[in-house]
Amino acid sequence: MVLSHARERIESDIKVTLGFWLYLMTDCILFATLFAVYVVMQPATAGGPSGAELFDLPFVLGETLLLLFSSFTCGLALLAARARSKNQTIAWLLVTVGLGCAFLSMELYEFIHLINEGFGWQRSGFLSAFFVLVGTHGLHILVGILWAVTMIVRLSREGLTHSTNRKLTLFSMFWHFLDVIWIFIFTIVYMIGAIS
Amino acid sequence: MLGNLTLDALPHDPIAGGGAAMVVGGGLTIVIALFVTKRWTWLWKEWLTSLDPKRIGIMYLIVALAMLLRGFADALMIRTQQALASGDAAGILTSDHFQQVFSAHGTIMIFFVAMGLIFGIINLILPLQLGSRDVAFPFLNSVSFWLFIAGFILINASLVIGEFSAAGWLAYPPLSGIEYSPGVGVDYWIWALQISGIGSLLSGINFMVTIFKMRAPGMTLMKMPIFAWSVLCSMSLVAFAFPILTVTLTLLSLDRLLGMHFFTSDMGGNPMMYINLIWAWGHPEVYILVLPAFGIFSEIVATFSSKRLFGYASMVWALGAITVLSFIVWLHHFFTMGAGANVNAFFGIMTAVIAIPTGVKIFNWLFTMYGGRIRFTTPMLWFMGFVVTFTLGGVTGVLMSVPAIDFQVHNSLFLIAHFHTMIIGGVVFGFFAGFTYWFPKIFGFKLNERLGVYAFWLWLIGFLMAFVPLYILGLMGATRRLDHYDASLGWQGLFVVAGIGVLVLGLGVLCQIAQLVVSIRQRNQNRDTTGDPWGGRTLEWATPSPAPIYNFAQVPEVTSRDAFWMMKERQRGASAPRKSFSPITIPNNSSLGVAIGMLSFLIGFGLIWHIFWLACVGIVGIIIVILIRTTGDEDETELSAVEVERIDAAARHETRKKRA
Amino acid sequence: MLHSKKRFRLRRRYKILISLFAGCVIVSVMAFALQNAHFPVFDTAGEVANKQRDLIIFTSILSLVIIVPVFGLLFGIAWRFRATNTKAKYRPNWDHSRVAETIWWGLPGLLIVFLSVIIWTSSHELDPYRPLTNNKPAVTVQVVSLQWKWLFIYPDQKIASVNVVQFPEDTPVNFVITADSPMNSFWIPQLGGQVYAMNGMTTKLHLIADRTGNFRGSSANLSGEGFAGMKFTARSTSEQDFENWVTKNQTAQTLDWAKYEELAKPSKDQPESVYALNDSGLYDKVIEKYMSEHSSTKMKSGHAN
Repeated sequence: MVLSHARERIESDIKVTLGFWLYLMTDCILFATLFAVYVVMQPATAGGPSGAELFDLPFVLGETLLLLFSSFTCGLALLAARARSKNQTIAWLLVTVGLGCAFLSMELYEFIHLINEGFGWQRSGFLSAFFVLVGTHGLHILVGILWAVTMIVRLSREGLTHSTNRKLTLFSMFWHFLDVIWIFIFTIVYMIGAIS
Repeated sequence: MLGNLTLDALPHDPIAGGGAAMVVGGGLTIVIALFVTKRWTWLWKEWLTSLDPKRIGIMYLIVALAMLLRGFADALMIRTQQALASGDAAGILTSDHFQQVFSAHGTIMIFFVAMGLIFGIINLILPLQLGSRDVAFPFLNSVSFWLFIAGFILINASLVIGEFSAAGWLAYPPLSGIEYSPGVGVDYWIWALQISGIGSLLSGINFMVTIFKMRAPGMTLMKMPIFAWSVLCSMSLVAFAFPILTVTLTLLSLDRLLGMHFFTSDMGGNPMMYINLIWAWGHPEVYILVLPAFGIFSEIVATFSSKRLFGYASMVWALGAITVLSFIVWLHHFFTMGAGANVNAFFGIMTAVIAIPTGVKIFNWLFTMYGGRIRFTTPMLWFMGFVVTFTLGGVTGVLMSVPAIDFQVHNSLFLIAHFHTMIIGGVVFGFFAGFTYWFPKIFGFKLNERLGVYAFWLWLIGFLMAFVPLYILGLMGATRRLDHYDASLGWQGLFVVAGIGVLVLGLGVLCQIAQLVVSIRQRNQNRDTTGDPWGGRTLEWATPSPAPIYNFAQVPEVTSRDAFWMMKERQRGASAPRKSFSPITIPNNSSLGVAIGMLSFLIGFGLIWHIFWLACVGIVGIIIVILIRTTGDEDETELSAVEVERIDAAARHETRKKRA
Repeated sequence: MLHSKKRFRLRRRYKILISLFAGCVIVSVMAFALQNAHFPVFDTAGEVANKQRDLIIFTSILSLVIIVPVFGLLFGIAWRFRATNTKAKYRPNWDHSRVAETIWWGLPGLLIVFLSVIIWTSSHELDPYRPLTNNKPAVTVQVVSLQWKWLFIYPDQKIASVNVVQFPEDTPVNFVITADSPMNSFWIPQLGGQVYAMNGMTTKLHLIADRTGNFRGSSANLSGEGFAGMKFTARSTSEQDFENWVTKNQTAQTLDWAKYEELAKPSKDQPESVYALNDSGLYDKVIEKYMSEHSSTKMKSGHAN
């Protein structure tokens, strides 16, 4: 009886992980489409400013470092969970959430700054594409933060159970994935944009 | 408070009013019937909240068939209008209303009929064929279904409140942009598709995991029934293509809602990008629909020829090839957009190349029949009809893959006739074949054969009468979507013939309704007592009909292809071994799927009418529902071994009693 | 037993009679419907359309290579291996044959290779962007699709016309096409295939007529409420008649930007009309309407190459 339950649980783990991988793949295609759209729209400034005139590379580099570091702390949370240390896991998750929030605030600041300058998404096709691509990533980060917060609440209530462990693994996959997407955004949108 | 929604949104003219009355009346009738028969609890507990894929599959079929009737009513209106509106005659519809009707016809037939039928059949059959007890994620499956329903409600709501898109089924900008379509029609189109599309995407992931992880022990991928292969290919297309649709629709709605400039004509927008994106999804979509139909036919030909499927490996490779190729042909939908000769030629050649694996499949089916003992039941007739129509449609497709030819037939009725040949002759015939074939497995009794044969002939003749004239009209220079034309062109006669053809098709539909009614009334004569009414080959026939909630009392062991056929061969003469039962866990009902669907409807409705607080309610609601679902424990019931034995004995006893 | 067999045969005879009757009815109705049929795609009047017609016919014949064997095999096999025919050999486990499968991967493959050559060459030969040459200088016609009519501008002749386009026979016509409306498709089937008309950019179509006559042209792409009325006459005349038409038009009402804006307002089933062209930069202005600033012209060039 117990054995069959354990097997069922492992089978269900495998299914959930595969399902989540497939979801990430579809999300990847979603971002790939947005990147393609961005690349097409990049020259379409309609007389408005181009990326080179708008982007503040050091600022974005700051954002990037925050996100990279949050990926690292997310990994530490997972390691702490493997080591069965509930408090450490929660602590590292809190750091991750904090870094995520800092990243998101910087992004919002950048957006508001651009809009106040008169360079909102209505200004040109290029700016529409910029706001949507970067904003979609930001929306994912927001979802990730909400997810991490619920994880923290559950961990503090239930401790490290099979179910919280599984969710933690999925969360870290999600968070690393967003990190990778950001690297592409940083390269394709900001770096190439600032150079050309 | 109510955004753009005012009383003006209610329909004014009699025909639109009639449509609205049908929707409202139909809804009310169902509600009243439920009150009178006191069936609310039954409906809620047994059906709406069920996580059993067999139940969800049946609900998909009911919704899709209801939408088929609506789409068919649209088709009747289109044909009537075009048969009448020659010269000075105005026909029955205004141009705007006519354009809404054909936009709705295409949207409904693809998204709510074809997709619904495909997902219905997959839900009903795939787990059984794999020897599995469930899909990978039963709750997610219910969510997918309810997102589909949310889209379904939105598209029907457009008949009553406001209007539908008049920009064609793919809503090309700038026509679908806010400048040329300021009304809510395009928004209804966007959100109905967006919401049901997300449901499809989730289903795609769900069925892929089901196929990869839930096969019966011993069933390697190359021992899988070919229908399961076709589903795998189709669902990976869903996973690859639907995110593109999600993005495209989001961008279009951002253009309309927030004044962005993705597809506008000015400020750097690029309508051509929309056309590229929508077809990067749209072409795979065609194969998402037709691949499962190929799978259905493969099962049927083998079963009714009492023979193994010919060239199994070839079939799998052909499916794979079609899957890959379907992503590199999208430009053939707009050779006329002025891309260079090299680009056009490349996409033309890729399109022609798809004909090779498709041809291989046809030859393999033909040689499955070769050396068999063919029984010409209705599913087999649908197959024969399919080979005839699909070959013709394929040939006209190859014709249009030559860009220089396409310039002369693009956007003409020749094109319309071509894709209806593929979709009716392929997807619809495939569904009817599969529906007749698996009906006894789903409901426990066979469909009336004679009425099925009549329906087949009426469909085939009606189809040819409705679409051969369209091929000819296309060559006569008749373009699509005309609400009137000059009498001097000499088109009217053929339009009238096409109209009669649709009426003949309608008789076929009536025959099918009669077939359903008669079969239900005579169900006791046509009861499937064995679980294997056709001499089946795959695992779905190894369990009683209709399949019990857990599908299989004992999980079958698979050693080769055609697993059930082999079991029967081995057991011939020997008595069945004594079985031992073990407990089975099944998921409990959940009302949260319904909740997510209805909240999504609120989001869609709020964004269509700019009632933003309503959309926020929907979003917050969905977050809460997800929190409830993920923090709750695994919601399952365990059937003990004794219970399973009792249910199994009851199913088999019942079977034996009926046989006697 | 015998009786029922007889009844069965009778019923079958009825069935055959009914199907024959239905077939005759359908065929005669179709024949009646096709009484006055005119096939512009086959009744062609120019080099481009001629070649496209030949291509359609050739490819259709080529496709018989597939249709005939498939139909033959389908009905042949179905008849021979019907369950009641016990004479046919039953081989339930015969499920592959390397030779057979190689044949039907290979033969269609060869056919498609052959077709690919045709696709490649014809795509280049009949590229709508490829200018046509004969001994006469080409006439340039700028086409603007409006809601819901066609405006034709002759920048060299300084005239313009709505819903009628005239040109001399045996002379290449260079259509330069844009839109000031939702996307349309510019199509004169008797002269050759269509090309889209799009806002803020130019597409090109090169056609030629080898005889005089009035050819029907229309929009093939849905562009809003008045779309069905977006048809025009393409009039191929002798060189002399064309000259006369041009001279006559040069004294007609003038078309300037103000008049254009009035014309561009949505209207349905617009009658034909002609203008003297006042503003030779009109076409460019229509395109520039969609470029709020000139710096974004880069992405607006129509041709992908």
